[in-house]
Amino acid sequence: MESQILTLVTFFPLLGAALLLLIPKERHDSVKSIALIISFITMLLSFWLYAMFEPLANGMQFEINIPWVASLGISYHMGIDGISLLLIVMTTVLNVLAILASFNSITQNVKGYYISMLLLATGMIGVFCSLDLFLFYVFWEVMLFPMYFIIGLWGGVRRIYAAIKFVLFTMFGSLLMLVAILYILFEYQSFAGEYSFDMLKLAQMPLGHQAQLWLFGAFALAFAIKVPLWPFHTWLPDAHVEAPTAGSVILAGVLLKMGTYGFIRICMPMFPEATVTFIPYISVLSLIAIIYGALVAMVQKDVKSLVAFSSVSHMGFIMLGLFALNLQGMEGAVLQMLNHGISTGALFLLVGMIYERRHTRLIDQFGGLAKVMPMFSAVFMIVTLSSIGLPLTNGFVGEFLILLGTFKANVWYAVIAASGVILSACYMLWMYQRMFYGKITNKENEGLKDLSIREKIIVIPLVLLIFWIGVYPKPLFDRIEPAVKQVMNQMGRSGTVEVDEDFSIKPVLADRTAEQELIVKAEKEGE
Amino acid sequence: MTEYLYLIPILPLVGFLINGLLIGRIPRPVITLIGCGSVALSLALSLSLFFELKALPADSRMIEQVLFTWIVSGNFHVSMGFLLDPLSAVMILVVTGVGFLIHVYSVGYMHKDPGYGRYFTYLNLFTFSMLTLVLADNFLLMFVGWEGVGLCSYLLIGFWYHKKSAADAGKKAFIVNRIGDFGFLIGMFIVFWQVGSLNFVDINAMAPAAFIAGGSLITITCLLLFVGATGKSAQIPLFVWLPDAMEGPTPVSALIHAATMVTAGVYMIVRSNVLYMMSPDALFVVAVVGALTAIFAATIGLAQNDIKRVLAYSTVSQLGYMFLACGVAAFTAGIFHLMTHAFFKALLFLASGSVLHAMSDEKDIRKMGGLKKYIPITYWTFLIGTLAITGIPGLSGFFSKDEILWKAFSSDYGHPVFWVLGFVTAGLTAFYMFRLVYLTFHGPERMDDETKSHLHESPKSMTVPLIILAALAIAGGWVGMPHILGATNYFEHWLEPVMASGRNAVDTHALMSTSSNAGMEWSLMVASVGLVLISIFVARMFYNKKPELATAWQKKMSGLHKLLLNKYYIDEIYGAVIVRPTVYFSLFLWKVVDVVLIDGLINGVAVVYNDLSESLRQVQTGRVRTYATWFAVGVVVLIAVFMRG
Repeated sequence: MESQILTLVTFFPLLGAALLLLIPKERHDSVKSIALIISFITMLLSFWLYAMFEPLANGMQFEINIPWVASLGISYHMGIDGISLLLIVMTTVLNVLAILASFNSITQNVKGYYISMLLLATGMIGVFCSLDLFLFYVFWEVMLFPMYFIIGLWGGVRRIYAAIKFVLFTMFGSLLMLVAILYILFEYQSFAGEYSFDMLKLAQMPLGHQAQLWLFGAFALAFAIKVPLWPFHTWLPDAHVEAPTAGSVILAGVLLKMGTYGFIRICMPMFPEATVTFIPYISVLSLIAIIYGALVAMVQKDVKSLVAFSSVSHMGFIMLGLFALNLQGMEGAVLQMLNHGISTGALFLLVGMIYERRHTRLIDQFGGLAKVMPMFSAVFMIVTLSSIGLPLTNGFVGEFLILLGTFKANVWYAVIAASGVILSACYMLWMYQRMFYGKITNKENEGLKDLSIREKIIVIPLVLLIFWIGVYPKPLFDRIEPAVKQVMNQMGRSGTVEVDEDFSIKPVLADRTAEQELIVKAEKEGE
Repeated sequence: MTEYLYLIPILPLVGFLINGLLIGRIPRPVITLIGCGSVALSLALSLSLFFELKALPADSRMIEQVLFTWIVSGNFHVSMGFLLDPLSAVMILVVTGVGFLIHVYSVGYMHKDPGYGRYFTYLNLFTFSMLTLVLADNFLLMFVGWEGVGLCSYLLIGFWYHKKSAADAGKKAFIVNRIGDFGFLIGMFIVFWQVGSLNFVDINAMAPAAFIAGGSLITITCLLLFVGATGKSAQIPLFVWLPDAMEGPTPVSALIHAATMVTAGVYMIVRSNVLYMMSPDALFVVAVVGALTAIFAATIGLAQNDIKRVLAYSTVSQLGYMFLACGVAAFTAGIFHLMTHAFFKALLFLASGSVLHAMSDEKDIRKMGGLKKYIPITYWTFLIGTLAITGIPGLSGFFSKDEILWKAFSSDYGHPVFWVLGFVTAGLTAFYMFRLVYLTFHGPERMDDETKSHLHESPKSMTVPLIILAALAIAGGWVGMPHILGATNYFEHWLEPVMASGRNAVDTHALMSTSSNAGMEWSLMVASVGLVLISIFVARMFYNKKPELATAWQKKMSGLHKLLLNKYYIDEIYGAVIVRPTVYFSLFLWKVVDVVLIDGLINGVAVVYNDLSESLRQVQTGRVRTYATWFAVGVVVLIAVFMRG
């Protein structure tokens, strides 16, 4: 059992989906409760995983490695480090909350919906567990289709447009990724004499500079679309606005993290030299995303698309932190992946709750809600504060480390990014003011009910997480730090980049003269 | 007792949690007990720790208590830890002392408000944040308190959120503060990467080696931190939020926007005096901004008609004095004025709150007058506060202001021009404060009969704090009397250990000029007292004896009056230059770049692809004859290729 715990966590939701197939489709209540129970057990399994995970330890844990298609070097290779562990836990938690949030809003084809949600869970957890590139790709694609259906079947008015846009963007990226995967496969064959899709092995293969650039480019494009990095972001607002609440929660909370996770798990260890080459380009795009996303969020009329553009801005922060390529930046970025999942997930859940009451998300339809819905307003305020990174909430810790790391890597990047912190306060507080403060101007808002018990159960865990991570994030760092160090060491192994003593990635200058080499050596000894 | 240091901020936090979580479920007396009681306990603990600290020998008056590691990443390491030294001891006494009085006052002031529970919840959260700010043992935890007080300020300014002006003012305060925080953050980054720690004790020890004194890096660092201070402490150019903050309940204006939060910038600079001492250029900028803000805000104060706004501009102006003191390296004088200002300005605000209480919330002094006989306690306490702020000899404000003026003149970093600016400000202050006194409490009664029939003195819970604060406003300055009066400056001695490291950092001799020129000090003091007396006399002529004079002058200088009344149109300028262009630019990004350019490009690709497929579809005619033709062509081509190969 313990040796196969990753298999269990990954495929348990799939098992649940199969079970749902057996339930008659008009039995809505049984479908809902089974889906909830399955996702809940999956969450407990991931907690068990967390409990058994050895913090501060190096290397992958709970590894499973079974040959699958031996002739092609494909194996069922799973294993997790601290980064994947935390993302898995976040995924399972958000999944429970998303399912719970769908109880009243999904009324059509209920069975199909919950089957999609569970299938999606398996795909997402699988991506975070995979250590085999082929397996990774399979889970990556498995994830795509349930989401397509969730947006396309249970979405809003323009759902078809949004769903197709989502799939086309993503497919375009994954096709390039597939080509790159195949290229690597053959390259590895000529290097080692055998086929292998094993990520850990592939990361040890030396690749020429040109090849790295192309391969990095192909993967990076796939991941950048997912993140989404400016200017590949235009699918996101449409997908968010049209998706049902749960779809938005999972999309923002987990699916976007697939992009950043891909960078840290695949691009960086396998193509270290290209990673360093691409720093300025990706950093500049991230900065544009931070500022651009915030500015456009400010002028949105629909609160959901405001949150969507704020995601573009926040994901820009994460990318910037990752490509600072030092401990503070990368650890901050990984933590911020969780934080964004919690805060933005919570925002979408809250927006969904008000949408269920009023069937509109236009900001100017509201105003004065603080009077009729005090508890909802208080929770919304807490989540807003977490989103703008107020100290003692989760958002601050991540954002601070990202900026601190970025500052070390490049002062100007950090200065520009920090101005995004001002903008986030502008658009979030302005939105909050227009929705919650002032007098009630719209009669329809007068009789709105405050949070129900089910809704309280949904928001309370997220609020607790917001404060827990804000006040005592050390347990998380104990799990993140070894994983980030390992990625950096993998990068350093290639010899084209080096990791200095306080864990920053530096390119090794190829054209150093012998004399300069001596000086560098002397300096090192001097220290 | 020192092991209970952490309880000083934690007690109000507990009060916040209880009142906040049980909001709407507990009766008012319990809310009051928890709200005021938690701060009272903090005050008692602060007092006992103060005396414990005092009992230690001067050079070992420093207690650090680390609770747990907060953020750790590689060599970056920050704890939740508190530091009690002479400086933070003064601050916690001011915060809990004045804070407690204001809590008690609020019981009376807010008794009719439906948001009573919410009010005390926020007030306790504020006290927690402010105590964290001043007790933090490192920059980052200080920043926690810093942002926390900003949040509470936002929540309390917008406390009556159904009023658009209140909600707007709260948001404005938060955003303007964020602009300052931007500088604070970047400054912190430089300190960390240069020194390797954000802990104050480490920084004091290592900064002299990590930075080159007088170099550009230390100047940039100090200026960035100062940007943070200008936001929080409402200095040029970020002062615009403070006057609007008067939308909040009056006790909030007294606590947050006069006595404690707005002085955080001054505290921060004094706390990092080691850094500032290493950069004379940064000190010069601080002094210039402080002096200019002092006089600039005072001129606006001359023409305002809202009783609270006059006090708000006066706060901005007085904070300018404190920065002037810091800028001439007279940090002790800055903190001294911070303390006396906390007493008399809290008093003035609370007394003005008592006026509003009597006047059914009418804030316009043109509609007051003659209130003296209706609300005598309020009048006398307000007058004491006014005498203190104008610097009448013997009252607290006199000692602290005089010390600042003298240091501005005589310190190695001072300059006669700084003194002149401070001197003129003192005159302006006396004028607008007495204008306020005369228009509010003296002369004809200009209120309507309805208001008049409701005029009444405030309840005990409000007047008792007023009386205590009035006593402090009188006597609070006696701990820091100047040497030339033959007294001992206890306050300076008390803070000496905190300032010593700063002086050692630059290795100078006797920066705090001793009374080397007693004659000069005497003459300057006499001059400023003279100016104050003349200003009071002029105010009395204008606003009491011959009101027609005021009207005549106002007509004569209507352009200037309009400029001052509209606060130099600063808000309008910011709106036109920054806010509106940003909104239009954002709309452009959304409607043009996002929708037209990026999506247009992608949809364009799709359209082209579609059209292409459409034409290629023509090939699939479904007619066997066409296929057969293409088949034949294919065969011919293939054969041709093979024949050649």
